[in-house]
Amino acid sequence: MSAAATTDAFLERAPQLLRDAVTGFLPEPWRWIVNGIIAIAVILAVFGLLFAFLTLAERKILGRVQNRPGPNRAPTPTLPFLKFLGKIRTYGLAQPFADGVKALTKEDVVPRDADKLLHFLAPVALLAFSILTFAVIPYGRHLVPLELDAAVLYFFAAGASTELAVFMAGWASRNKYSLLAAMRALAQLISYELPLLLSWVPVVMLAGTLSTTGIVEAQAGWKWGFIPHWHVLTPWGFCGFVIFMVSALAESNRSPFDLPEAESELIAGHLTEYSGFKYALFFMAEYFGMIALSGMAITLFLGGWRAPLPFLEFVPSYAWFAVKLITLLLGFIWIRATFPRLRMDQLTRFAWKFLVPLALINLGTTTVWSLMAGSTALQIARWPICLALVVVPFVVIGRTLSAGVAPRTYRYAAS
Amino acid sequence: MSIPFLIIALVTLGAAAVAMALRNLIHSALLLVASWAGVAAFYLWAGAEFVAFAQVIVYVGAVSMVVLFAVLLTRRSRDDLAVAPESLGRALSALLAGGAVLGVLFGAVLATGLKVAPGPAPTVSVLQLGQQLMGPQVASLLVIGALLTVALLGAIVIASTDRDDVGASLDDARGRRQAAPLQEPEDTP
Repeated sequence: MSAAATTDAFLERAPQLLRDAVTGFLPEPWRWIVNGIIAIAVILAVFGLLFAFLTLAERKILGRVQNRPGPNRAPTPTLPFLKFLGKIRTYGLAQPFADGVKALTKEDVVPRDADKLLHFLAPVALLAFSILTFAVIPYGRHLVPLELDAAVLYFFAAGASTELAVFMAGWASRNKYSLLAAMRALAQLISYELPLLLSWVPVVMLAGTLSTTGIVEAQAGWKWGFIPHWHVLTPWGFCGFVIFMVSALAESNRSPFDLPEAESELIAGHLTEYSGFKYALFFMAEYFGMIALSGMAITLFLGGWRAPLPFLEFVPSYAWFAVKLITLLLGFIWIRATFPRLRMDQLTRFAWKFLVPLALINLGTTTVWSLMAGSTALQIARWPICLALVVVPFVVIGRTLSAGVAPRTYRYAAS
Repeated sequence: MSIPFLIIALVTLGAAAVAMALRNLIHSALLLVASWAGVAAFYLWAGAEFVAFAQVIVYVGAVSMVVLFAVLLTRRSRDDLAVAPESLGRALSALLAGGAVLGVLFGAVLATGLKVAPGPAPTVSVLQLGQQLMGPQVASLLVIGALLTVALLGAIVIASTDRDDVGASLDDARGRRQAAPLQEPEDTP
């Protein structure tokens, strides 16, 4: 199937055709505005639902991992005209909606001495900033909500602003433990911002553009007809992808980096004084951040909406994006079920002494890789050289940092 | 003068003015961040996408954190956060000094004959900007980088001088702990 044929396939253009059928009759400036509103509404609906079912999937999977069933009893509403259907088993699928109703109807407690305005603004700002990041991710061949020249920069500018909301939440609660927890959360966010930013610089270097569409374009084509040119399949790209995902885990406060709200130890840190729907907003923002960072990882390293094999190109591009996104999100849940939580000093040491040096070395590796693109011999030689440049620092820094720490000895447990 | 420009200017200047008037330092700092965001919006309005997003990353993301951390780490309690001028004389002299700086700046701006460029403003893409920075302007970029690093190191050196009162109280605490050592739990097999 030729490239032009895939671009114009009916399913590929179906979302646009549907939109144009709705807005096609409008005059020009209005059409532009309505198109924008439709894009926003679709993003909110799709990712809102994805968030709802992601919480359910997380609780179910965590349940199965811990050998218990997870939520499975949320009832269907019993409406008079649906009586004849009797009891319907939903296998817990109604759970997110039950949770939503619960969060909406719970009492919203604000501490008496709290800074009322900032206490209200913090969750709103956090959610607003994390929704902003969805604007520049290319979800499909023709599905980019906002084409920007500096899209990657926009994404991380919106992400950096969430730190302000965390501070506002901790300070406005007028609770010294909330404030301390907010400072800890900020220390974590600032520490992991650096490896997160450094890990995608190689991609921008080689693609030569900050636009997300351009970066997906740079990963087009096949080596020997079947190996995709994704950045993750190069030594520097693999290193960058792993650093990006680890930092993304930390930036979205996910286990094993969930110290800011370690629910079993810190009574939720800077969220202590939040209840009801405001708490739900924080929760939502965390999942939105996770989804957006996964989407960015797909765009930067996993070839965006591109199919993994040439003969699979008949599947529409947005389906591939969805498959990759859900795979990464399930990976996040798997990690949460498996890893123990880090301690604060381990957390910051890991960022500054391990991830940042590796990310800086990775910049050098990328330079070597791009300088050795000349002849065929050089292109073969750059593989072992760059692999060594990635693996040797990893082993050396890792060994040096863990010297004297491992192996752990157990005094009381039976060995 | 278009309406978006007026709104942006109003938000930026208004936030800055209210930040100056408020007594609560944290509120002032957060309004200052709003003012910086307004400057970013102005860059965006003027078509300088790259500068706008860099402004947000640097000022809204990083500098705001520095300001907030500085406020919180240098105040002893929440009640200390409200600031008031010590005396009328000090307030007046502050006003005079600030006004003098403002006057000099305004005078300089007004005295400079700003030429109006003929024709429409050129559109510069991020690619061209990057090529300019990495090509002809690379020396100045490196100099600025070195300058900022030196400033950072200098700030650490200035901040890390041992304060006597802090050191003394730490020694006190250490002494007390040594005087009454904690009972080590005995190992049970």
